[in-house]
Amino acid sequence: MDIKKIYEKIGFPRLIISTFLIILLITAATLKLPMSGIWQDIFTRFGMNAILVLAMVPSIQSGIGINFNLPLGVIFGLIGALISIELGLTGFASLFVALIVAIPLAIIGGYLYGLMLNKVKGQEMTVGNYFGYSIVSFMCIFWLVAPFKNPELTWAMGGSGLRVTLSMESSMGGVLDKFLAFKIGNVVFPTGLILTFILLASIVWVFSKSKKGTAMIVAGSSEAFAASNGVNVDKQRIIGIVLSTVLAAIGIIIYSQSFGFLQLYNAPLYVALPAAASILIGGATLQKAKIIHVIIGTFLFQGLLVVALPVINILSEGSMAEIIRIIISNGIILYALTRKAGEAA
Amino acid sequence: MSLLQMENISKTYSGNQVLKSVTLNIKAGEIHGLLGENGAGKSTLMNILFGMPVIHSTGGFEGNMTFDGKPYLPKTPMDAMKMGIGMVHQEFMLIPGFTITENIKLNRENTKDTFLSKIIGPKLEKLDLPKMKEESKEALNKLNMTVDEYLPVAGLPVGYMQFIEIAREIDKTNLKLLILDEPTAVLTESEAAQFLEVIKNLSNMGIAILFITHRLDEIKQVTDSITVLRDGSLVKSIETKNVDIVEMARLMVGREISFETSNKKEIDLDEKPFLELKDLYVNMPGEKVKGVNLKIQKGEILGLGGLAGQGKIGISNGIMGLYPTQGTILKDGKEMPLNNPREMLNNSIAFLSEDRKGVGLLLDEPIDFNIAYTSIEIQEKFIKNIGPLKIVNGKEIKSHANKMIEDLDIRCTGSNQYTRFLSGGNQQKVCIARALTLNPEILLVSEPTRGIDIGAKKLVLDTLVKLNKELNMTIIITSSELAELRQISDRIAIITEGKVQSILPPDASDEAFGLAMAGKDISEVVD
Repeated sequence: MDIKKIYEKIGFPRLIISTFLIILLITAATLKLPMSGIWQDIFTRFGMNAILVLAMVPSIQSGIGINFNLPLGVIFGLIGALISIELGLTGFASLFVALIVAIPLAIIGGYLYGLMLNKVKGQEMTVGNYFGYSIVSFMCIFWLVAPFKNPELTWAMGGSGLRVTLSMESSMGGVLDKFLAFKIGNVVFPTGLILTFILLASIVWVFSKSKKGTAMIVAGSSEAFAASNGVNVDKQRIIGIVLSTVLAAIGIIIYSQSFGFLQLYNAPLYVALPAAASILIGGATLQKAKIIHVIIGTFLFQGLLVVALPVINILSEGSMAEIIRIIISNGIILYALTRKAGEAA
Repeated sequence: MSLLQMENISKTYSGNQVLKSVTLNIKAGEIHGLLGENGAGKSTLMNILFGMPVIHSTGGFEGNMTFDGKPYLPKTPMDAMKMGIGMVHQEFMLIPGFTITENIKLNRENTKDTFLSKIIGPKLEKLDLPKMKEESKEALNKLNMTVDEYLPVAGLPVGYMQFIEIAREIDKTNLKLLILDEPTAVLTESEAAQFLEVIKNLSNMGIAILFITHRLDEIKQVTDSITVLRDGSLVKSIETKNVDIVEMARLMVGREISFETSNKKEIDLDEKPFLELKDLYVNMPGEKVKGVNLKIQKGEILGLGGLAGQGKIGISNGIMGLYPTQGTILKDGKEMPLNNPREMLNNSIAFLSEDRKGVGLLLDEPIDFNIAYTSIEIQEKFIKNIGPLKIVNGKEIKSHANKMIEDLDIRCTGSNQYTRFLSGGNQQKVCIARALTLNPEILLVSEPTRGIDIGAKKLVLDTLVKLNKELNMTIIITSSELAELRQISDRIAIITEGKVQSILPPDASDEAFGLAMAGKDISEVVD
């Protein structure tokens, strides 16, 4: 295989970003930064974010493209977690109750959202973006008036409404990270977190190989072909968006338990862009996405954030790392949107 | 003295010769008819005459042209217009939101000076609307049109739009030759009659007219002489009064058909039909079906022929339910649900679409998946049951695809190659392999040989005949190539204006086919 073929296989964005990541890692080592901490952060952040990135797969496969309305699923996840904390549950019980509450809500919400998307074919990504903003703003009202009573949830000085950031320390904080965790040197490997991702990724993979899953992928690749083969395209699109919404709900619960905090109000808005950027960096296009794209993309994107932060903060002033993160995530989405069908991003 | 002489014109599109040394002469002020089937080379000849960019971007052409006594070599349509050649296209080139005046005067507006134009240049001159209106009115009057020139074009009847296009051309003061490409195709009968009157008037005013149509009676009625093309070659140039409609039809269709009459079956029409279409209407844009009644017997190959746009392609698409359909479809006496592709597949009716890349294939999926998909979805073939899960069996798909690749001689790098990268002929073979895998009782095939080379063409047709003979599969084949239909069909239905014009045996005379395509029955012309 000659160099050009290797280059084509890796692709332009992945080449740039992996090179950048390698340079940063070398710099970090020469600056004598604690490498064990960096690796542990990379693994943890990979596990935290990978499920949210995985949520993009069914929506791309079913032909809806990137699901910019990830906040919808995230909100149902948050509701699940809040109810579980309100009930005063702890440990795994609180995690499972959160999931049990969130998943049915996400199925119903995703179904209704899918009905709407079938009326705006071809503009799903724009509509999804605006829908995300609307639902997040609407929920800002809900968080203020919701009848939660647990003092861990409401403002410390009393009155009605939920706090902006809630600690999960006494409920499900870190239960998965600590599950079966082991130490290599100074690195604590978050086994439970990674296993959860592997479990969900295998479910998505098996689904994509099943009869139902192939019908969904066919509907996503060519509507005309699917219709002429007797596939109900609208139904397949709804299946795709429901799966995506459910994965987003699960994703935010897993993310929050590892992060240790639940973020309400405007926070769900900042979920969709990094997830979209990650899967695109991983090699997905607006038409095709695979599990491997999720793994590569999340690893590169999160790896970059983890390493860039300490390195750049030493080399320069202020919040350069945050600026770089925004440039990368938005730039990569822009780049992917300019690609035509058939080309790899 | 000829106004236009085109001598020995030849043109090749990527190795495929579409015009072979064609000569065309048009006298000043005459009406000249240009006749030919789809693909005979009429459009290419007109594109050369009008200097369309597509000609020069594909390597130009060979031959000489003289116009009005001077050598003529147009590089752009602008050159042609400057010489006094106007063209009215088959598709209207009008801007719907503009008024009739604005459309007639488009890019040739009358203008007046303003102070800005004196400083910056003529591009900023002001439109002289009264003058534009007056001149438009004059052009419309020449066509006996009494429509108000300030109306917007959007919403006018299609017949009017045709006249506005012509008004635009005759408004050009130097017009000497007007090319009309299928102008009456969209007109109603009375509009067409009025239109033919107008053409005669224009010719009396000294404008030569080149009239392209497939309506033979119109040609006979208005033209002074005709030129017939077939397969890119000149068949004959002749004065209209020396030729009758039957002869024209024969010249247009006739070709030495080398069909090894692959022992045609006798179709017993008294038997109960296997598939019956009653009063079928299909709303397929550009190929509308308007009330087709057809009986298809078990085990026959029925050809659907006719000119482009007459509705032959709409029939299979309608049966399959891909476009809104009304009427009744009976299979074996049982009524089939309409507009429901899945039910049709469940009832063992399969379809190979004329739109191979859009409907027929998943371009970004591998060959094996393309071949197997319909069977996976409809018949649950290639499925492994693991507990409650139905998992697609990749290995089985692959081995099946490899067998198909060998049987049908699909040229590819392997069963995992994406179909986007196959040639047209090989893509068609993948579609046929999918139909074979499904093994339906009735196979609808639409334009199976469009855009594929001769070798692959033969293989595709042979495969269809083999399916018919060995599996007794009933096949309905739609094709623009009459020769191909005559080669493999047991009966051929010619579709004209959305209806069955006549059903002919494949060995019927060329005249019969030519007349049927032009919307006439041979019996009514001969009597």
